Amino acid sequence: MKVTVEEDKCCAAGTCVMIAPEVFDQREEDGIVILLEAAPSEDQHEAVRECVNVCPAGAIHVSEDA
Amino acid sequence: MSIPADVLVVGASAAGLSTAEALRRKGFQGDVTVLGAESHQPYDRPPLSKQVLSGVWEPGRAFLREPAALSSLDAEFVLGDAAVSLDAEARTVHTASGRVLRADAIVVATGLRPRTFAGQEDLAGVHVLRTLDDASALRTELLTASRVVVVGDGVLGTEIAATARTMGLPVTLAGPQPAPLESQFGPMVAQRLAALHTDRGVDLRLGGAVTGLGERNGHVTGVHLATGEVLPADLVVVAFGSAPATDWLTGSGLKVDNGVVCDSSCRAADGIYAVGDVARWHHAGLGTLLRLENRTNATEQALHVAAAILGESPPYTPVPYFWTDQFDVKIQVYGVLSADAEVTVVEGDMDQGRFVALYRRNGTTTGVLGWRMPKQTRLRRQEVVDAFQKSRNRV
Repeated sequence: MKVTVEEDKCCAAGTCVMIAPEVFDQREEDGIVILLEAAPSEDQHEAVRECVNVCPAGAIHVSEDA
Repeated sequence: MSIPADVLVVGASAAGLSTAEALRRKGFQGDVTVLGAESHQPYDRPPLSKQVLSGVWEPGRAFLREPAALSSLDAEFVLGDAAVSLDAEARTVHTASGRVLRADAIVVATGLRPRTFAGQEDLAGVHVLRTLDDASALRTELLTASRVVVVGDGVLGTEIAATARTMGLPVTLAGPQPAPLESQFGPMVAQRLAALHTDRGVDLRLGGAVTGLGERNGHVTGVHLATGEVLPADLVVVAFGSAPATDWLTGSGLKVDNGVVCDSSCRAADGIYAVGDVARWHHAGLGTLLRLENRTNATEQALHVAAAILGESPPYTPVPYFWTDQFDVKIQVYGVLSADAEVTVVEGDMDQGRFVALYRRNGTTTGVLGWRMPKQTRLRRQEVVDAFQKSRNRV
């Protein structure tokens, strides 16, 4: 799985950080997403898929076959 | 309860799309159909009043998913065709073009319709902002407008005023509250928001009722206030609230009362569910019916509706969340604020333009508001969880 984020779409809600804190964080100054792990381990995949679905800005994408 | 063979989602915006995605993620293999009144693929609404209206984004940038992600969902999207009636007993939906769609489970996700002045649709120069097409039409006229009045002192009205002002237009904001969003934010923070708008050149004409629109030769000329004053304008944006889009449910057999009334797991009747802005469900943590008009509710509730369709019945007890972007300020709210709450700044400094405030009523923290401090605000979310999830029945 390969994860990408679009910083200019991110609305800094932090939803992804609450669901998958090992994969995502937020910048201190403006709350924009920080991708900690672009190729997360398998035990994180389901949480990352949930992040893609619930991100309130549609700013997270995954490529499953990467 | 048996698992349905097929699911029809009526509404192709964030809530409808998320319901379809959540069904697939949970392993549902039956047919999924998503019916949308608009011809666009699912798009995001929060950017409409900001990035799309200002032109920073092309309209297509608001689409929620890339084409590959949509096709891998293996759902049939029937777009540009509005639902016109539902038979809840027969689980059948009729559409404007004459289609008849039936499914074992139907999800109502038709969202909101903006409130308007009587007759405003016949008047040139008057706009609402709900859809992508609304945003494009409003942007086109903003580019040539000379004086804008925004009617509405809530989230949408203040965002549109900020965007139009950023585009360099003279903007007046009118509405009944003493300061923008005061009924939610309370006077202290609402005054801070008023100051932000005034500093950036928005002319605030608040604290009095707006009675109607002025007109000459079919074109709007201004906005009438209860004081008798007229605010001249060649472009007026009406943003004073919305109503659930439930007119098509007349005669459906569903209970409709300020939204589709649902139980604690968002079920409206056997095999019928509601999600997003249109759903008024029993919040088991608060012990009351609740309807939320915000973006994160659309997706969060969708997960619960998908679970309910698949035979789980998790009570949906969210902590409400919304945000608004105005000029360079992001305001975020967890929980529920109220004008009479005791407000305490716990991080940052209001005068410095970055702060987090807790809202307390009767000794309980019911809300957190952050002003340009997103991460710090989220880290305070836990302080309001107890007020919403005392039943502790979360999935």
